[in-house]
Amino acid sequence: MYDFLIAPFTEFEFMRRALAGTLALALGAGPIGVFLMLRRMSLVGDAMAHAILPGAAIGFLFSGLSLFAMTAGGLIAGCVVALLTGLVARMTELKEDAALATFYLLSLALGVTIVSVKGTNIDLLHVLFGSVLALDDQTLLLIAINATITLVVLALIYRPLVIECVDPGFLRSVSRAGAPAHLAFLGLVVVNLVSGFHALGTLLAVGIMMLPAATGRFWARDITLMTLIAAASGVFSGYVGLLLSFHTGVPSGPAIILVAGALYVLSVLFGKVGGLVTQTLPKRHLEA
Amino acid sequence: MTAAVKFRNLTLGYDRHPAVHHLDGTVESGALVAVVGPNGAGKSTLFKGIVGVLKPLAGRIELDGLQAADIAYLPQAAEIDRSFPINVYDMVSMGLWHRAGLFGGIDRKARDRIEQAIAAVGLTGFEDRAIGTLSGGQMQRMLFARLLLQDARVIVLDEPFNAVDAKTSADLFDLVKRWHGEKRTVLTALHDIEFVRSHFPETLLLAREPVAWGQTATVLTPENLLTARRMCEAFDHRAAECVEQPAA
Repeated sequence: MYDFLIAPFTEFEFMRRALAGTLALALGAGPIGVFLMLRRMSLVGDAMAHAILPGAAIGFLFSGLSLFAMTAGGLIAGCVVALLTGLVARMTELKEDAALATFYLLSLALGVTIVSVKGTNIDLLHVLFGSVLALDDQTLLLIAINATITLVVLALIYRPLVIECVDPGFLRSVSRAGAPAHLAFLGLVVVNLVSGFHALGTLLAVGIMMLPAATGRFWARDITLMTLIAAASGVFSGYVGLLLSFHTGVPSGPAIILVAGALYVLSVLFGKVGGLVTQTLPKRHLEA
Repeated sequence: MTAAVKFRNLTLGYDRHPAVHHLDGTVESGALVAVVGPNGAGKSTLFKGIVGVLKPLAGRIELDGLQAADIAYLPQAAEIDRSFPINVYDMVSMGLWHRAGLFGGIDRKARDRIEQAIAAVGLTGFEDRAIGTLSGGQMQRMLFARLLLQDARVIVLDEPFNAVDAKTSADLFDLVKRWHGEKRTVLTALHDIEFVRSHFPETLLLAREPVAWGQTATVLTPENLLTARRMCEAFDHRAAECVEQPAA
């Protein structure tokens, strides 16, 4: 038992690093995912991941596989898209989804153009699928810092964020915190995707955000509990996914996301709050 | 301390089309004013202007000695996401925003006030219920509890008794009377003319242009009501620019 569950992490340093990185990632990404879901922005993470990709690619183009250049490129591309989206959505008739679609497509097109004009054949597999088993000190530190920033900022903007989700009109009438909180939140989405692409790649980074969040929805009626469950199920997926990858040899990034997916499917079926099977269980109604 | 709301040649609207046109007048501190008029008369628009959600197209609103925190607003169709996982207690405690802000704690005293507010609207026992499970009337009671906590000097209610049964509107109107007794300024948009006649001392009859404003009995005459209805029916898509000079 010990050999199976614990030994991989005590014996191999790369597994320890991978575990630390995944745990930090899951702690930050889960709560972000819950808010994305409750704000009906579940696909925004996906779009953002596309927006970040060109930035990271440009960084890669200029400085090779440099952590700093790729992170900076991704952050800049993501933040610019988030900022423009937020501004256009709040100041014009265009809704958030439409504004985001336009800007992330522009970013993507721009990225592809730059890459092809430069004419370099870059191996972007690293960016696409990440390398959770090869996290160096710097990257690990970056992921940890990003997770810390995420949790601290989320605590700061928690109230306006919640109120803006439930009752935006009320927040507008008592405070101007709505817009800055929303922009800060989009910034956090970008920060977490950048963390995510180092570990899981841009495409799967969204998975560690949305799957645990959707899982949480099936177990809690209360946002606090939902957030905790999301983070916990992300952490669990990271641990089990790495074990699965270690023992069976499947790639680690997809393994983590597949475990998260399995938890999600179980929740859809058996979740306490509206799970499909749970719904069909015969239960007598209460007295009026 | 006064808490008067003054309109100075105020024009509010959308896409340059006025919905409230050249409104002048003062809501005195401590007044209980009914705002009456047909659909499209500009009642909601006026309220949005008062709380600052809508910027005037022309003229201005003067809030004597009032800050944003002093005005509480109950919109007509609150854009509440009822599927959001939040309970009645947390929803009501939002009313403490101006005291607690981003990180202020909610202490024993604040919790007492929240419980009192919930009790005052008759929702004791519903604290842990998700807002999605409330009936329309209970929802409105909850929003009134939140208004109570806001403890504002000016309270703006946009058709608060719509789609609410007689018992609930009577209970909620008791709160309005209590606010009036506490010398708060209350503006309420209403459709029930008889209700306004019997309960509101002052009325503003609006039909984009102000038709009449003053003592309820002198405002709600059959002639005025007819004028109001006629004025609201006209809407010109190609209206020319308004050049009317305000009365100085």
